[in-house]
Amino acid sequence: MHDSFVDTILPQLAAGSAHTGALGFVFDGLHDGDPRIRVPWRADLVGDPDTGVLAGGLVTTLLDHIGGLAVWTAMAEFQPIATLDLRVDYMRAAHPRVDLLAQAKCFRLTPTIAFVRAWAFEEDPSDPVAAAQSAYVLNRARPVREEAAPGREANA
Amino acid sequence: MSDLLERIPYARFLNLQTLVSGDEITVILPFADRLIGNPMLPALHGGSTAALLEMTAMAQVALAFPSPRLPRPINVTLAYLRTGRPVDVFARASISRAGRRVAHVQAEAWQEARNQPIASLTAHFLLDNP
Repeated sequence: MHDSFVDTILPQLAAGSAHTGALGFVFDGLHDGDPRIRVPWRADLVGDPDTGVLAGGLVTTLLDHIGGLAVWTAMAEFQPIATLDLRVDYMRAAHPRVDLLAQAKCFRLTPTIAFVRAWAFEEDPSDPVAAAQSAYVLNRARPVREEAAPGREANA
Repeated sequence: MSDLLERIPYARFLNLQTLVSGDEITVILPFADRLIGNPMLPALHGGSTAALLEMTAMAQVALAFPSPRLPRPINVTLAYLRTGRPVDVFARASISRAGRRVAHVQAEAWQEARNQPIASLTAHFLLDNP
C-alpha cells in the first residue's frame, strides 16, 4: 500500500470532517492491515452521567466511521461510499474515563457493496465493548466498459 | 421527562431538543456545522443521525418505564435510507413490545417530510425491572 495513502489520506478520512473532528477522532494506524481510530475520553461525550461511560451513540458513530475506513483501506484509495446498514451489539459497559479504540475489517468487497465487521474496545480487541456488522454501498465511477458506449447514449 | 436528555452530556453535545406530547416524544437534532460528515455534498454524518435515533428510543423507553437508571441498549440496527441534508432532523420512537426484561423499539428520523425518513432504527433495551 502507498505510504501517502496510509500516512496522509487515511488520517484525513478518519478525522478530517467537521463531525469526526468535533468528536476528537484520531487515526491510530493499521494493525494487521486493519485501520484503527482512537477517541480520547471527554466529559461531554458521556452517555450516562452516573457512570462516566461514553455514549452509545458515540460508539455507533465510531463503528460506522471505522467501517468506512476499512472499506477505503481495502480499496487502497478514496471513493465515495455510503453506509447502507449497521448493527451494533453492546456487549459490556465500557470502562469509565478511558479512551475508546475501534478497529474494522472489510471481509468482502464486491463492485457495488462492501461487507464489514468492526469492534470497539479499550485495550484488547478480543474483549470488545461493542461489535458491529455493516454494509456499505460503493458509489464509484462506472467501469470503463459501461461508459465507453457513447452510441447507446446517443441513440437513447 | 424533557430533562432526561438534558442530563446526558452527549445529548447536550448534540444540542438535542425534546418535545413531549402525551405519551409521545419528538427529539430534534438542530443542524450545526459540526454534524457534517461529508463536506463535499454536504451531508450529515450518519453517526449523528444514529445517535439521535438511539437517544430518542432511550427517552421513549424511559418515559414508558420510569426508572432511576437509564435504559441500557442491548443492540441497535440502523438503516440509512436517504442522505442527511444540512438541516434539522426530527425523530420519534415507538415501543413494539416490552416484556419483563427487554423492550423492542423502532424509531425513524426525518427532515422535511415525515413520510420520507432518512434513517430508521430497531433496538432492544434492557429494562431495569426487579
